[in-house]
Amino acid sequence: MKKLINDPANARREFLAGLALAHADLLAVIQDPVYVVRAGAPVQGKTGVISGGGSGHEPMHAGFVGRGMLDAACPGEVFTSPTPDQIEAATLAVDGGAGVLHIVKNYTGDIMNFEMAAELCQARGVEVRAVVINDDVAVEDSLYTAGRRGVGTTVLAEKICGAAAERGYGLARVAELGERVNRHGRSMGVALTSCTVPAAGRPNFVIGADEIEMGIGIHGEPGRERSALLPAAEVTARMAEAILADLPFTSGDRVIAIVNGMGGTPLMELYLVYAELERILRARGITVARRLVGNYITSLEMAGCSLTLLKADDEMLSMWDDPVVTAGLRWGA
Amino acid sequence: MAIGREAILGWLDALRQVYAANRERLTELDAAIGDADHGTNMDRGFTAVHAALAAQAPSDAGDILKSAAMVLIRTVGGAAGPLYGTFFLRAAAACAGKTELSPADVVALFQAGIEGVQQRGKAEPGDKTMIDALLPALAAMRAAAARGADIAGLMDDGVAAAEAGMLGTIPLQARKGRASYLGARSIGHQDPGATSAFLLVKAAAATWRA
Repeated sequence: MKKLINDPANARREFLAGLALAHADLLAVIQDPVYVVRAGAPVQGKTGVISGGGSGHEPMHAGFVGRGMLDAACPGEVFTSPTPDQIEAATLAVDGGAGVLHIVKNYTGDIMNFEMAAELCQARGVEVRAVVINDDVAVEDSLYTAGRRGVGTTVLAEKICGAAAERGYGLARVAELGERVNRHGRSMGVALTSCTVPAAGRPNFVIGADEIEMGIGIHGEPGRERSALLPAAEVTARMAEAILADLPFTSGDRVIAIVNGMGGTPLMELYLVYAELERILRARGITVARRLVGNYITSLEMAGCSLTLLKADDEMLSMWDDPVVTAGLRWGA
Repeated sequence: MAIGREAILGWLDALRQVYAANRERLTELDAAIGDADHGTNMDRGFTAVHAALAAQAPSDAGDILKSAAMVLIRTVGGAAGPLYGTFFLRAAAACAGKTELSPADVVALFQAGIEGVQQRGKAEPGDKTMIDALLPALAAMRAAAARGADIAGLMDDGVAAAEAGMLGTIPLQARKGRASYLGARSIGHQDPGATSAFLLVKAAAATWRA
């Protein structure tokens, strides 16, 4: 294992210490239990919006804490969901009297930990709603699996719900908007290499030098199909086809698109993929109204990318354009 | 024959040692069909349980198990945190106020804990989870208790059933948790959760035999 860390056991604490020092104007890091909270929280009368998940996906979620996005994030250990006490403490810290939305990615551990936390918060009189993100088309949406994973649409939901809360939407309305984003967002990813969880010390899975894994999740958990390395045009087309057919997206749709790096792929390749994606969408009469190209929801040092498309309505686009001031997204301020 | 407060503390200490010793093994099993953190998480959780109980151990079995549950909920994370946390929380409730556990109390402890795991995780038998080791273990313990077995006897039957259940997960296709995303590719791998659940039962049997 070749990583710029000190001791794997301290990696989360030490990275958060750096985040706090680098962005002291935006956020504060609380260490026991661990959460990252927006400067000035709680905002009285504002619906709180928090999220959380394993570390190793930066900038998600801690890098999205700040005005116009998340009030708090609960980072778990690397690729491990946060614990109920963290989520409870973060919820109480951001409750301005209007209740708190939990944006939860659909993983068994995340769901159970957020559920336990919601029970604890409700017992203390804080109203909590959860929006579960499950946008990964690589997973069959069947009764016989844990359901689709939450991936890139999480970033869109956090931005859009954060803006709505900032504008004064109540908890029910913010939650409804988040659910609408989830219903209209779809993603799929591809891995070129594996990644190594610091505490494990070895790659999460083995992949040949000339192989790719289509349908990879964001934890380095194996995908569904192994294939030979293909040109970017072909890889992009396969992922885009799966996404487009699933919603389905049709001619005349406006989308917010993300070409997201998994952590180990250069921006040069991500822009190259973006060009392929926009070409495919144009040919279908789909307009890219807004886009992000870069590393937003990563998987440690994994090489690869994911595509996310959100069929956006006017309200979503308006929320998307609202000011945001976080470590990972910043505009309009 | 009954077991006391020391036996419960001994079980928890054995679990610390067992999960430390099996840390790599559990993480390896998890890497094959999950996210490669199960061994690390269980080791961290039970090391923390040991530290908390070494600092201050309550006097009755229920309170000891409840302390362990609260530490696990705070320190394990993943799916295992709420699942094992719920196991010990419900087991604690079943042992509330007791300083001695009869064979029937031991069965009640496991029954409450295992039902809690089922409610929290919503897994059914055959889903390739902890439940596939725990439900057969519970059935075997109950049957042994009904025959009048002592604690060592009923735990032996529980361990054998848990082991068979754990091995029985190998040919199953996962329908819960991250392994379910693999579809048919999860077949042929032993479930890490069923493995840590088997170790949970086995450590109790080994400790309480003495």
